[in-house]
Amino acid sequence: MIAADLRATGALARRSLNQTFRYPRYLAPLVVFPSLFLAVNVGGAGRATSLPGFPAVHGFLDFELAASMLQATMLTGVSSGMALGIDIERGFIDRLIAAPISRPVVVTGRLAANAALGVFIGAWFLTIGLIFGAHIAGGVVGVLQVFALLSLAALAFGALGASLALRSGNAGLVQGTFPLVFVVLFVSTAFFPRNLMQEPAASIAAYNPLSLIAHGIREPVIHGASLASFGEGLAGVAIVGVISSTLAALALRHRLRGD
Amino acid sequence: MAGIDLEVAEGEIYAFLGPNGAGKTTSVRMLTTLLRPTGGSATVAGHDVVSQASDVRRAIGVALQEAALDPLMTGRELMGLQSALHAVPRSESKQRSDALIERVGLSHAADRRVGTYSGGMRRRLDLAMALVHEPRVLFLDEPTTGLDPASRAAIWNEVRALNDEGTTVFLTTQYLEEADQLADRVGIIDHGGMVAEDTPEALKAGVGRPSLEVTITGDHAVAKEVLGRFGTPYKASNGSLAVPLEDGASGVAEIVRAIDDAGLQVDSLEVRRPTLDDVFLAKTGHALDPAGEEEPDPAGAVS
Repeated sequence: MIAADLRATGALARRSLNQTFRYPRYLAPLVVFPSLFLAVNVGGAGRATSLPGFPAVHGFLDFELAASMLQATMLTGVSSGMALGIDIERGFIDRLIAAPISRPVVVTGRLAANAALGVFIGAWFLTIGLIFGAHIAGGVVGVLQVFALLSLAALAFGALGASLALRSGNAGLVQGTFPLVFVVLFVSTAFFPRNLMQEPAASIAAYNPLSLIAHGIREPVIHGASLASFGEGLAGVAIVGVISSTLAALALRHRLRGD
Repeated sequence: MAGIDLEVAEGEIYAFLGPNGAGKTTSVRMLTTLLRPTGGSATVAGHDVVSQASDVRRAIGVALQEAALDPLMTGRELMGLQSALHAVPRSESKQRSDALIERVGLSHAADRRVGTYSGGMRRRLDLAMALVHEPRVLFLDEPTTGLDPASRAAIWNEVRALNDEGTTVFLTTQYLEEADQLADRVGIIDHGGMVAEDTPEALKAGVGRPSLEVTITGDHAVAKEVLGRFGTPYKASNGSLAVPLEDGASGVAEIVRAIDDAGLQVDSLEVRRPTLDDVFLAKTGHALDPAGEEEPDPAGAVS
């Protein structure tokens, strides 16, 4: 049964990845919007590194890469939630529910695809960064740290998108959470160091798990890979993951019961 | 659902006939484990749909209404996905998929995205997908709704062929002709309850004998008197006069002679046998309207 479920998960993950790369509606939030945001941000606020208290970095692009990667990873969750919502609206999910697979497989295939997309997002933005002059201080190990954290974060955000889709059965509602990604990111340290933020954003950022994840993927780029920053990033992912996977499990149960 | 009691024999084609909103889809969703019944019990292929849902899923193939297919995938990719979902051995998956794609006449389109398929092609692909794991019982929910006559005939032929190979078929339909053509037995469902169940022939025989519909030029009072010698005449739906054929079609010649002897001229004459339409009307009190209301909220009981 485990082998059959793994095979079904793999097949559904392949389907999700194909969907993402075949349909601009799913791909655009992952690469186009965050890339444009990065370009505008770096171009417009590049001199922020001269502010007193800004950490010593090679350039603002190096600092902002983490924000864009985290933003794209969160949007992966929205995007995959939308795709699941469309599956529910069109009845495709019935095909999965009527199959002799374990119930969680209905969602795990899409989450596995999210994990792969996390690595893709890391590769995309680090490549852009290198092309436009960023330095990756952590080298290969640092890149691996970024990939690992993004992959796990994409999994956690994917579960959040899945929980919304399963609970509402409505792709439009999931899509409506798109602006929230920016709100919660702006009250974290993803875009700006906490010591330069105003209240109450600075206090919120101190408790925002996204700050931990942002730190975990920024440090390998600006200072170098370390177990401490990796652990901090993992803690952030774990907080989001525990909440989102619990919500997803409850929403799946609700959907299967037909409540 | 108002409580439905039915049994489908192995190797049978059973048609659930009823208008939109009658409870057909709700019944299928419960029997295919997609919806948990709030009461009663049901077994499919010997397995309880609630406590042995996984066993039921292994034994059944399902092609639901609207053929829910991913428009971004190709037909062949969807067959591969379905094989994986049903744990078809990898060594057999491609061969079976190719054979089924060919069987439903989609070889030329197998590598095209499903979004480019016509409605009939989608239904045929959906049917092929439902068969990839060689199910014992096949559920088809309104398999030909919205299809053109040629696509409908193609699906019918395939259903007959599958049944000849031993697959038990449970189908829902709002088309009387579909039930009449395909089913060994028909269950008529209306407002969530079963109102009649038998073979199509027995159901039709149950609502009366054939009748003779005659359009006559001349004095209608005389015509009515002549026809009255053979039974109670009544006005048929097309405006002509009709009389039940007490002795079947063999009585037609005698009636025609009597009309002729009375000096009346016959414009048209038709022996009309009862149809499932008549059965539906007799059993429910209203005609079957395929363009009726939508299905109600799915919740209910089976027994």
